[in-house]
Amino acid sequence: MQELHNMSLQGLALAIKNRAVSARETSEHFLARAKAHASLKPALNPLQTADHLTPATTSCGAFVSFNEEFTLNLADQSDQRISKGQARSLEGVPIAHKDIFVTRDFPTTAGSKMLEGYCSPFDATVVSLLQQEGMINLGKLNCDEFAMGSSNENSAWGPVKNPWDVSRVAGGSSGGSAAAVALRLCPAATGTDTGGSIRQPASFCGVTGIKPTYGRASRYGMIAYASSLDQAGPMAQSAEDCALLLSAMCGPDLDRDSTSLDVPKEDFSRHLNDSIQGLRIGLPKEFFSDGLHADVRTCIDLALHEFKALGAQLVPIELPKTELSIPVYYILAPAEASSNLSRFDGVKFGFRAKTYKDLDDLYRKTRTEGFGEEVKKRIMIGTYVLSHGYYDAYYLQAQKIRRMISNDFQEAFKTCDVIAGPVTPQVAWKLGEQINDPVANYLADIFTLPASLAGLPAMSMPCGFGASSMPVGLQMIGNYFQESKLLNAAHQFQLSTDWHKKALRGTT
Amino acid sequence: MNSPLIHGYEVVIGFETHTQLTTQSKIFSRASIAFGSEANTQACAVDLALPGTLPVMNRQAVERAIEFGLAVGAHVSPSSVFARKNYFYPDLPKGYQISQFEIPVVQGGEVEFFLGQEKKVVRLVRAHLEEDAGKSLHEDFVDQSGIDLNRAGTPLLEIVTEPDMRSSAEAVAYAKELHKIVTWIGICDGNMQEGSFRCDANVSIRRPGEPLGTRREIKNLNSFKFMQQAIDFEVLWQIEQLEEGHKIIQSTVLFNPETGETKAMRTKEDSADYRYFPDPDLPALIIEQAWVDHVRSNMAELPRAMAARFVKDYGIPEYDAITLTQTQAMSHYFEQVAKISGQAKMASNWVMGELSRRLNAAHLGFEACPLDALTLAAILSRISDATLSNNAAKVVLEELWAKPLEGQTPLSLVDSVIELKGLKQINDTKALEQIIDTVLAANADQIEQIKAGKDKAFNALIGQVMKASQGKANPKDVNDLMRSKIAAL
Amino acid sequence: MPLTSQEIQKIASLAKLDLSSGQEEKMLQQINAFFEIVEQIKSVDTSSISPLSHPLATVQEVSLRLRDDQVSETNQRELNQKSAPKLEKGLFLVPKVIES
Repeated sequence: MQELHNMSLQGLALAIKNRAVSARETSEHFLARAKAHASLKPALNPLQTADHLTPATTSCGAFVSFNEEFTLNLADQSDQRISKGQARSLEGVPIAHKDIFVTRDFPTTAGSKMLEGYCSPFDATVVSLLQQEGMINLGKLNCDEFAMGSSNENSAWGPVKNPWDVSRVAGGSSGGSAAAVALRLCPAATGTDTGGSIRQPASFCGVTGIKPTYGRASRYGMIAYASSLDQAGPMAQSAEDCALLLSAMCGPDLDRDSTSLDVPKEDFSRHLNDSIQGLRIGLPKEFFSDGLHADVRTCIDLALHEFKALGAQLVPIELPKTELSIPVYYILAPAEASSNLSRFDGVKFGFRAKTYKDLDDLYRKTRTEGFGEEVKKRIMIGTYVLSHGYYDAYYLQAQKIRRMISNDFQEAFKTCDVIAGPVTPQVAWKLGEQINDPVANYLADIFTLPASLAGLPAMSMPCGFGASSMPVGLQMIGNYFQESKLLNAAHQFQLSTDWHKKALRGTT
Repeated sequence: MNSPLIHGYEVVIGFETHTQLTTQSKIFSRASIAFGSEANTQACAVDLALPGTLPVMNRQAVERAIEFGLAVGAHVSPSSVFARKNYFYPDLPKGYQISQFEIPVVQGGEVEFFLGQEKKVVRLVRAHLEEDAGKSLHEDFVDQSGIDLNRAGTPLLEIVTEPDMRSSAEAVAYAKELHKIVTWIGICDGNMQEGSFRCDANVSIRRPGEPLGTRREIKNLNSFKFMQQAIDFEVLWQIEQLEEGHKIIQSTVLFNPETGETKAMRTKEDSADYRYFPDPDLPALIIEQAWVDHVRSNMAELPRAMAARFVKDYGIPEYDAITLTQTQAMSHYFEQVAKISGQAKMASNWVMGELSRRLNAAHLGFEACPLDALTLAAILSRISDATLSNNAAKVVLEELWAKPLEGQTPLSLVDSVIELKGLKQINDTKALEQIIDTVLAANADQIEQIKAGKDKAFNALIGQVMKASQGKANPKDVNDLMRSKIAAL
Repeated sequence: MPLTSQEIQKIASLAKLDLSSGQEEKMLQQINAFFEIVEQIKSVDTSSISPLSHPLATVQEVSLRLRDDQVSETNQRELNQKSAPKLEKGLFLVPKVIES
């Protein structure tokens, strides 16, 4: 039998069900691995920038909390079900959750001092759904504060370092999730994607991740950043694993989430083995512009070559508004965030400043001390674009261009089945390199933002190594509800390549 | 429109009324809205704005809005949008209130009522759905406030008028009429002490013909008495300010019932920037015409329609019809009495007069009237067939007040009382003539004065006849007979 | 259109954030740099376009779902208040609210 941490989800589920290994042993195995890498001490000073951190330790800071008793109890319960022949589809298989999902049995911090020690009285729907399939919650994963960031350097608990090179960022905001999967600290993890926060860290860390069509996965229990963009999705070692998880995570949550779509639950694995002969892959010329670094381009081109060999057709397309995605996203997301984060006021839950002279001071001190720099900046931007006199020129205009971007995609899908291109213009940068130039950070989101704005399903799969031997991901974007087509293409790619199987030194 | 001027100034008033809707659960969560529970026992995760919570809309709240729209002849918007009103306050858990801004669910409409004998119409701008905030309590705490979020999320319909009102009396009359409408159709329990019906009055003054003055908003008026007092004080205060050369600054003010004064609240920036934007957690509210039609067909006849019908079918004056349709119970009572007795105007007079007086004194509504409508109808029948005089009828009413029918028909019950108390009116002309002749004979000296036109003397003779007949004489007949006899003398 | 220091202060006030003068300068710089990118949207002709509020509104009818008016939340005060910063008698305590 392989090492547990190198097995696929399917493999693990079978092994546990057939009792080749117990659920308890499995959880203990992963817990031990996770804890060995979790020696990063929480940084209680949210003003601390990456400048002050030294990448000396090999620990990556992926996990931020454990509840060993709870985890092992769940595992024991799984073992009991198995002995009674009541195994569910992923019985006993461990998973870890991005700390943006509220959980009853682990604190939820969203990477922020504002929620240090916060105990939610309920579980996020996505967490419950996975638990209902028998999955065991290993712990909570580090992320950029309130999911705002593309490097996971904005967490109050310290940055997540890229397992492939700990002097580099893991990507964000689901950096902890990506790193944990890359290091095989857990077989899979949940992440959230608002502007690329699953796809980009997946790309930077050499794992597979997918964001479904907006509205497929419930947002209930997912701490809101930008409501009209946030979506939950899985991150795992393969498209096959992602398909299993996505099927469990998606489904209508009509009673709790008004933006949840009333479309039936789907088995996203059912088309994995279809041939992709004749699949038309659209290549937007805007995704292959000068901004794309040569090393990344090489990997992408090679991957596309592979798709051709599998029978796919490469079709040139245009997404003319691509560049506008950046200002549009960075108006809309901060606007919604500025409002979503108003509930953090020190009154009902979470952090409260120690000293304050009156109510107004309570608010100001709590929010100034509780939030990190990037969050405060986005709140400021959001507040500004919604303010009197600016709403029409910024917010409303951005909503209109958003529709134009969405229309661009519909036009493009007339001549292709899926769209492919890079996830980011470059491989993971060094820690601290872009922290003082957030605008550069924003510009690097150019390829992932459009699909987010349109609410289209999109994924990232490892497709090679670029500069400094850092992983490169290939992005694929599908039309609404076409997740299984994306996963099919990815799976076929992963059957004839092994980028997704490349293991890190020290992980086997 | 006739505006009564105060010291030469015209008063302009507009109202915003927050009505708590009669639903079981909150507008966006499934917690109860029942009044009076222990603090924060009815504030669930969604109401507390715990991280990860989301709003889900209550159908009943929407239906209440449709009902209101129909009741005031407004346009029910087929598509309306929920927007976030952003500001920080401890009783506002999310740091924003979910309300409606650019596109409300109800648009336009009007409220008609009488101010004295004059008919008034106040136009509505809109009515929109929103959530109520929690409460701050100060009594038990030193330098601190305790926040109870039980009320947070209670469904509200905010009803906004055009600045059509021109006096505090008119404003109060409007508020009373609105109160009647919302309780009539059952969308609000109207309990002002519990905060179910709260008014904000926007008051400004101007010299006639000039553009609108700067307004100040008097918030949270929850009694009609206070409404009038507050507005009156505010108007005089504004006049004083202007006369002294000061400008009116737009502000929010509170009324202090103890001092009788309005005072501006100490807010930092008075025109707060609420940064309204459509709530991304809530898609647009679509109301199909079929739903509106269904609601309309199930609604009790609306007061305005019923009043119009009363005028048309029963021939009573508009004033009566409007008064009688104050509550559903009163209007049903009237209609029963009118139909059975066939005496609509008489029924109207008795219901608006004697019955209302007695019920008000007993703090009862028409739904609990101690005199059954059928019994009153029977009494009125006996007045109309001249068996009873008005005064005698009152005696019967008193006798039967709070008495059950006990197997008798109402008419026979009334007749038995008439019999028992000897209340039967004397209609027999001959008998009357005899009494009149007797009185005339005894007062021969008055006859000349009466012929000269002295009404007082005439009435005194009538009085004597009535007394002589122990009140049973038919007053009209006595009058007519007396006149003709004196004329013949 | 670059923001001024005064405007930054006003926004910070609306958002209930305190900025030290050093932070204010940094914030001003970064936000203005950001707005240079944002300005490009102004030149886009959107006269015939309606805003997109729900991403899927381009391909399907998205309307507000309505739930039945049922009370199903029971009293969970203790659980819900587990992370409350300051409580007394079940009430959340804050410095006295000035106007009552």
